[in-house]
Parts: sequence; structure tokens; C-alpha cells
Amino acid sequence: MIDLKGYGPALLDGAVVTIELALLSLALSLTLGLIGASAKLSRSRVAIGIATTYTTLIRGVPDLVMMLLFYYGGQVAVNNLSDYLYDAYGVDFFFQFDPFIAGVLTIGLIFGAYMAETFRGAFLAVDSGQIEAARAYGFSRWRTFHRIILPQMLRHALPGLGNNWQVLLKTTALVSIIGLTDMVRVAEEAAKAERMPFHFFIPVAFVYLSLTAISELFIKWLTKRANVGVVQGS
Amino acid sequence: MAETAPLICRDIHKTFDQLEVLKGISLETKKGDVVSLIGSSGSGKSTFLRCINMLETPTSGDIIVHGDPIRFTTNRKGERIPADNKQVELIRARLSMVFQSFNLWSHMTVLENIIEAPVHVLKVPKKEAIERAEAYLNKVGIYERKDYYPAQMSGGQQQRAAIARALAMEPEVMLFDEPTSALDPELVGEVLRVMQNLAEEGRTMIVVTHEMSFARDVSSQVLFLHQGVIEEQGTPDKVFDNPDSERMRQFLAPNF
Repeated sequence: MIDLKGYGPALLDGAVVTIELALLSLALSLTLGLIGASAKLSRSRVAIGIATTYTTLIRGVPDLVMMLLFYYGGQVAVNNLSDYLYDAYGVDFFFQFDPFIAGVLTIGLIFGAYMAETFRGAFLAVDSGQIEAARAYGFSRWRTFHRIILPQMLRHALPGLGNNWQVLLKTTALVSIIGLTDMVRVAEEAAKAERMPFHFFIPVAFVYLSLTAISELFIKWLTKRANVGVVQGS
Repeated sequence: MAETAPLICRDIHKTFDQLEVLKGISLETKKGDVVSLIGSSGSGKSTFLRCINMLETPTSGDIIVHGDPIRFTTNRKGERIPADNKQVELIRARLSMVFQSFNLWSHMTVLENIIEAPVHVLKVPKKEAIERAEAYLNKVGIYERKDYYPAQMSGGQQQRAAIARALAMEPEVMLFDEPTSALDPELVGEVLRVMQNLAEEGRTMIVVTHEMSFARDVSSQVLFLHQGVIEEQGTPDKVFDNPDSERMRQFLAPNF
């Protein structure tokens, strides 16, 4: 075993933070993605406008800039709001914008935009006859969505989702910059203190690699399940 | 006392943008009627069928399913829309449709396809729905394919499964939208035979078709549509052998 000079437990805690951050961001991005895709496919011009602005804006700004903007800007916004509420209504409200929340919000928001595009493409790939048959048999809109559209769009969405997830997982490393003690941050401090960068960053790289490898297996399994009923060309 | 008519359509008009596709089509059915809608492409026969179960909303006219008229209202843009979506869903569940391209749900097995709407829309207990589904699969002759996915079957088998799906709703009226047009010629016969059996059992059916022999031999009523109006209407004998309209004669000419 590699001697981690007593940083082992801290690195492990950092890894847990990384995983929590990634999973929460994933949940947020999937939600935003579905909402964004629905908005883009809706008939409402306002909804289409908002969703298009969102995806264009987010995809055009670097992740790091966005994160700094959210972390520092978010706190300023909360402070202003709390001052205003106190002056205007006497409400004493304060909210500490910690790096973890800033991280989840930023990463969720960024990947929500990518997910929205993935979902939109997947939705359009569902054969309209499938949806029409559901309507013709008296399905409500909700039932049509969750019994017919969702399972069928999943098979088209999964390759893109898997890709987004892996990039998302690796993007969590950026949060160390705004001071979250994730795995990368712990390793960085340890490497500086011990003057042994390889010693600490290689295990970190290995953890990321194992996480992505495990996800890949999981996605493969999901893809197999989602493609039930599809005759594959040999 | 007269039985309630399963389906009455009165003066159905449908306009897409500026184009008037249906210019006042009326149809009255008795229980056990088999109505064939014939006519060339673009005559409006499929649009009329899709208006019956509200896949298209008619611009004007009434649809009455077993004495229950569909209620309409007008939206902000002045378009006619159904007043009560729940009512439309209930009515659709009583008018099951068989599509030209089958439209079986591709992620479900044949059996799952057939029990889906009975269980989730009609709230039939699952066990009963499965028994019913198996009986109908036997009737259309593909019981042994019940655990196959649609993509693993031939077009004729898929269309027979789709007919079983329609039957499992135990509908008031069955709507067929060119059920054999997407099939290879050698598979047409097996589907037409199933439909003929249904007709003989006394099911009420409305069939958009290009199969003139089916229209002539199986229907009780034939409607010939041309440019959105009924050009000729009556029993098959009258429509095919003694039509009043010149267009009907022209339409039939290539068949002789």
C-alpha cells in the first residue's frame, strides 16, 4: 500500500464530498434538463425564449467563470436581499452561501443546459405514431409521457446522458478552487505540505478513473434495459 | 324501441390553415354496421376517421358516441377545441383505432401492449386483462407470439396484434385506418380474414381502405369520398354496381 502520510482519512472524506457533489448536481441537472427540453418543445414563445437564453448563455461561458460568479456573486446577491428584507420588512434573514451549495448550483445549472439538449433530441427521436397510439387509446398527457415517451426517449438519451455524467463528475474537481474540501483540495494541500505531488495526485486520478469506469458499466446495463424490444443490426 | 346508434357524425367540416379538407360529412351507424370509406388519396377519408376519435378536432360538426355528444368550446385564438379533455379520453377509449403502420408500442411485448390501456385507462384488474388479452390473441391467431416484441414479428402479425389490442378495449366502434396498406401483398390476406371474422361477429367497424373486394364483400355501407364530400353512399351493391356519380364510375374503372 502507498503510505498516505496520515492524509488517508481526509482523502477518503474528500472522495465522499466529490461523490455527493456529483450526484446532487446530476439530480439538479436532470431536472433542469427535462424542464428545459419541455420548454423548448412547447408551443409557448415565452418558454422557448427563456429556455433558449438559458442554454445559449450557459453553454457559452466557461465553467470556472460561472462558478466564481455564483460563489462570490451569489453571496453578494444573498446579502443584498437580506439587507433589503431587513430594511423594508424587518425580516432578519441570512444565508451563508457555502462552496458546496455554490458547487451544486453551478454544476447543476451548467449540465442542465447540456441535458436539455440531449433530452430534446431524444424526445424528437420518438416516433410520432407511438404517441398518437397512446392518445387514441385514451391516455392522459401525463400517462402518455411516463408510459410511452419516457421509456422510449431514454434509449435515445442514454448515450448522451452517460457522456454528460462523466464530464460532470470530472467538473466537480473545479469546486476545490472555491475552497470546498473535496478530494482534489485535500490532495493539493497534502502535496504542497509534503512536496510530493505524484504521491497524492495519482491516487486521486485513480479514484476518478474507478468512478467513471463503474459508471460506464452501469450505463451499459441501463442501455441494455432501455433497448429491450429493439432489433439490433448485426 | 330503437337501439342507441353507436356513432353519429353530423356535418363534419375540417379546415387546415386555408385548405378545407372535409366539407360536411355525415354518417349514421347501427350496431353491427361495417362502413367502408373509399376514395383516392387526398379525398379526406383518413382525416374524417381521425376526426371521429378527435385525433383531429373538426372545425365544425357534431360527433355523438352512443348518445354522448362530444362537447366543444373555443380558445382565445378562436379555434374550436374540446371542452373537456377527460371526456375526449373516455370517448377515445370506446373507439379503438387500428393504424396503417400498426403503432404497437415498441418497448412492450405483445401482451403488454394489449393489457396497457385496459389496465391503465379502463382500470380492468390485471389478471382479468391478461385473460382477455390471451383470448383475443387466440382469436387473431398469434397467441404463441404473446411474449414477442413488435420488432420481432412480421407486418401481418403486428397488425393482428394491433387488432387484438383494439379488441381488448371492447369498444363501441372499431376504427381502421388503411390497415393493410403498409403490408406486403402476401400478408394482406391474413389481416383481412381477421377483419372479416370481426364483421361477421357483428362488431361495428369503420374502415378506411383501398381493398375494393373487402369493401364490396364485407361492408354493410360504403361511402365514396371525393375532395371532402360524399360523392356516393349506400349498400355495396348500389355503390359498386349501380353508382349515380360519374366520379365513382371513373374511380372503379381501373379495377375492371
